[in-house]
Amino acid sequence: MRLDELTRRDFPILERVVNGHPLIYLDSGASSQKPRAVLEAMNRYYERSHANVHRSIHTLGEEATELYEVARDAVQRFLGAPSREEVVFTRGTTDGLGLIAETIGRTLGKGDEIVVTELEHHSNLIPWQLVAKDRGAVLKAVPVRDDGTLDLAALDRLLTARTRVVAFAHVSNVLGTITPAKEIIGKARAVNALTVVDGAQAAPHMRLDMSALGCDFYVLSAHKMLGPTGIGVMYGRRAVLDRLEPGRGGSEMIKEVWIDHAQWNDLPWRFEPGTPPIAEAVGLTAAIEYLEKLGMDRVAEHERALTRQTMEGLSRIPGVTVYGPPVGVDRGAVVSFAIEGLHPHDVAALLDAEGIAVRAGHHCAMPLMRRLGVVGTTRATFSVFNSPDEVSRLLTTVAGLRSAL
Amino acid sequence: MSGATPAANSLYSDVIRDRWRHPRHRGDLPGANAMAEDVNPLCGDRVRMMLAIAPEGRISEARFVGDSCAICTASADVVADLVSGRTRTEAAALEVSDVLAVLQAEIRPTRMRCATLPLSVLAQALDGKPKS
Repeated sequence: MRLDELTRRDFPILERVVNGHPLIYLDSGASSQKPRAVLEAMNRYYERSHANVHRSIHTLGEEATELYEVARDAVQRFLGAPSREEVVFTRGTTDGLGLIAETIGRTLGKGDEIVVTELEHHSNLIPWQLVAKDRGAVLKAVPVRDDGTLDLAALDRLLTARTRVVAFAHVSNVLGTITPAKEIIGKARAVNALTVVDGAQAAPHMRLDMSALGCDFYVLSAHKMLGPTGIGVMYGRRAVLDRLEPGRGGSEMIKEVWIDHAQWNDLPWRFEPGTPPIAEAVGLTAAIEYLEKLGMDRVAEHERALTRQTMEGLSRIPGVTVYGPPVGVDRGAVVSFAIEGLHPHDVAALLDAEGIAVRAGHHCAMPLMRRLGVVGTTRATFSVFNSPDEVSRLLTTVAGLRSAL
Repeated sequence: MSGATPAANSLYSDVIRDRWRHPRHRGDLPGANAMAEDVNPLCGDRVRMMLAIAPEGRISEARFVGDSCAICTASADVVADLVSGRTRTEAAALEVSDVLAVLQAEIRPTRMRCATLPLSVLAQALDGKPKS
């Protein structure tokens, strides 16, 4: 049985009719839909077990704490992280990258260098711009080649003895490019730079293994991988977290406090100030269990087939340009395209009129748009519930759009 | 498929479609003595308005260039139309509703910025300050 046949009924929102057509949701790259199991787990938590975590000496507090910490175990398993102390909950990928930039930023000096890439989401660029400005550090970017891949020879030239951080996306949210993360991490390691991987587009679609990858930081958002909004994960390698001062202060992240100083809590709580997103952690556990039941290799295979069908179909339509690595090169569940003579926003609006939800615009990656020489693209992204029939509907509709305006 | 789909007909008025396909005022204005350019942060669309203003304050010609969607392009074209021959004061008094009336379209909230960007660029061209 195909994965969409297996999962479709688990997603209540897919019963919606939009503008007179059954919803075809091709915007999971922005935020995926949620299976009933996630919604029910969160409801159950709020209806039966909600209280604040960690310091509530009562039954509900204990249950909430248990559920919150179970989520950490689920994430550790999902990421293949060596220990649970390396799993820090954040509010999302943007929050995680900001936290890392602030935390590492404090250790940077004038003339230290940060390397990013030209295909980064603004979330993995702006925090580093802020840090560079604040610390007098230098920000450099690995260029993107015409085929949507990174110019690794340029990376070799950019890395120096002053390079302190190399931050890059595992999968491009625009082109779908899967970056050679292991190779980049190896090169960064060789100059003793810390590595920060934006896994927002990778985590929902491929099996991850932090031990094998060897990065220092890896961040993701629950809401792009069938989980709720408002929670994300920052994986941090223990040896690195141990020697970093906490980026942000508040309750929970301390052991003992005096007016003029404090002793930090143990990992991972040292990096989790304030009341965490507890219900969202419960939802994330359910999302991970759902994905684990399907199997991440099967998820990847399903989405690879949809992506390929989309790329091959779009390439056959006159006047359509598909961006990024060509068919045959593995990529994430992302296809960006343009239709000659139509603006991406108009394409998205016309598709929406047919019940098809896609994203259009600069996708928070303006430097990459500039590199591609466009103001924006139209982007279809896929998840476990999408079907080959839905892709066919997209292709037929796109084929009729050129003369639509 | 040929011609507009029913979907396109319900989304874009004839005026928008016509001005998107055949804008009257698109292109550079070499004699411009007032101009401004701005972007829509939501989508990256960019519009530049150029005005040729006579010494007594009347706009003799207005043109625009930009990389923008159908609604934004049509709106820019309408704005250029509306300000031509008017005084600075009259042009500055133009409201969004004036533009929407010409466009003859129900603009959804998510696309309203597309329709209003050219007017905001016009205001900047006239006084150097963004219109609130």
